[in-house]
Amino acid sequence: MTSIAISAKDLSKKYDSGFAVSHANFEVPLGTICGFVGPNGAGKTTTIRMLLGLITPTGGTAEVLGESITHPEKYLSRVGAMIEGPAFYPALSGEENLKVLATLGGFPIERVGELIKTVGLEGRGDSKYKTYSLGMKQRLGIAAALLPQPRVLILDEPTNGLDPEGIQEVRDLLKKLASEGTTVFVSSHLLSELELISEYIVMLRKGEVVFAGPIQDLFLMQQPFILVKTDSQSDLQKIIELAQADGHKATIRSEVAHIEGPAEWAGILNRKAFEAGILITQLSPQMPNLEETFFEMTGDRK
Amino acid sequence: MIRVIFAEWRKLRRPTLFLGTIGAALFFTGLTSTFLYLMIDSAQGNSDRGRQVSREMLQLAGGSVYGFASVGGLLGIIALCVFAAQTAQEYTYGTLRNLLVRQPGRIRILVGKLIAMKIFALIMIAISAAVSIAISYFLSDKAKVSTELWFTSDGFHEIGKTLLNVAISVVYFGIIGMVLGLLLRSPISAISIGVLWILIIENLLGAVKPVFLKWMPGNQLTTIAQGGSPDISYSHALTLGTSYVLVGAIVATVLFSRRDVAN
Repeated sequence: MTSIAISAKDLSKKYDSGFAVSHANFEVPLGTICGFVGPNGAGKTTTIRMLLGLITPTGGTAEVLGESITHPEKYLSRVGAMIEGPAFYPALSGEENLKVLATLGGFPIERVGELIKTVGLEGRGDSKYKTYSLGMKQRLGIAAALLPQPRVLILDEPTNGLDPEGIQEVRDLLKKLASEGTTVFVSSHLLSELELISEYIVMLRKGEVVFAGPIQDLFLMQQPFILVKTDSQSDLQKIIELAQADGHKATIRSEVAHIEGPAEWAGILNRKAFEAGILITQLSPQMPNLEETFFEMTGDRK
Repeated sequence: MIRVIFAEWRKLRRPTLFLGTIGAALFFTGLTSTFLYLMIDSAQGNSDRGRQVSREMLQLAGGSVYGFASVGGLLGIIALCVFAAQTAQEYTYGTLRNLLVRQPGRIRILVGKLIAMKIFALIMIAISAAVSIAISYFLSDKAKVSTELWFTSDGFHEIGKTLLNVAISVVYFGIIGMVLGLLLRSPISAISIGVLWILIIENLLGAVKPVFLKWMPGNQLTTIAQGGSPDISYSHALTLGTSYVLVGAIVATVLFSRRDVAN
């Protein structure tokens, strides 16, 4: 039995306009939460659709639960998915919408009631879908994805439209599912959220995988950095010169000096600034986080 | 397959769709059947396109279902709208991706949907037939039409034959609606193009050159429901209508099974 939930080898999708996904290679181990990140248009949804058999790749291969994506019928009964937001019949109630999918998938109808409770839609299950708020629609989408008691759960932006409480609930739910052995492959724009729950990261940029592996490995590839604020722009410029003179890469971003270097060097910088008569108003050593790393690797900093 | 049929049925049975469709079918059935008897002596005719259906014709064994056969084309258009909307809405709502994740067999989805919608259409046909025969029976006395032959064995044979013809016609109309829904992926486009073609364009072309009507798909399917017409034989309509439906169904099935689901 494979220990890999999802694997892609040179997976590609080419349209007339060019590659939406180009030679993507990655693996997601079973039972982990894997964040799937990339700027808009990077190819995340196309990749997810290929994994679910909705789009035929133009090149390469991929497997889900050890089965090739050319035969989605072999694994989809063990996969739950929400792709590009929730999509349901507006004239049917939330409950009835889930029953349609439960009937189609051959899952017990009783599960619908349980899932309505799990996602916090108790009391609103019999309301028509068109009356739902964005957050409620999102919750229903997650409930639909959980119908098969999935071994692999693929979620595309599951926290869109949710309030902070809802986001935390989804985070806890995903952690619980992962602890029970479900592999969660989740794309989100909320990188800080992904950082909290993900053990693995697959990062896409312009259809290409720029990183795939454990999140710690991603951070190891990045330099720690120090953020420095001063009273004046000229002092900030002097800080940059001091850092560069010591061989550190330094730039000014939004009136803050951003200097690559270990936390220990912050003390040295502070002393040098004092000797140079520069008043530092804020000195803050930082470890790389997912958001910073994402911007560094995708070049998507606006 | 059975799961697809039951899942589709959950959508079809919702009251607004089910009762709305049956209501529309009964409205047209009632109107057509009533006019047939109440305007039997009218100089403007009592059937479609101002045709005159005489007492003698209505007194024949098939008289009880004459009104029902006449409304077959309209029932077909209702079926076309329902089948087209039910198919195309999967694209506009984005629900097709959910269906295909739960049932990746695309042909199975298509056939299951078609069977569920056929059952829906057959229920509509059965109710319409019953109402049309009832109206015909109750109005026959007022129109001085004898019903002596209606419920003989020949009469029941005619009822069965008409039911079958209307069912073939309505299901064919429905399949054309489904094909349009799959090709156009929008309920509004599928319904408007289908209805516009059948009700307006075919009639315009027929007015310009009547021989065109012999080859128009909508006219063939209406003729099937009527069991043949003075201008087109039943076998011609059935052969040509079946060919149109088959070609459309094959093209749509191949497209549906191969096309990427990107919305």
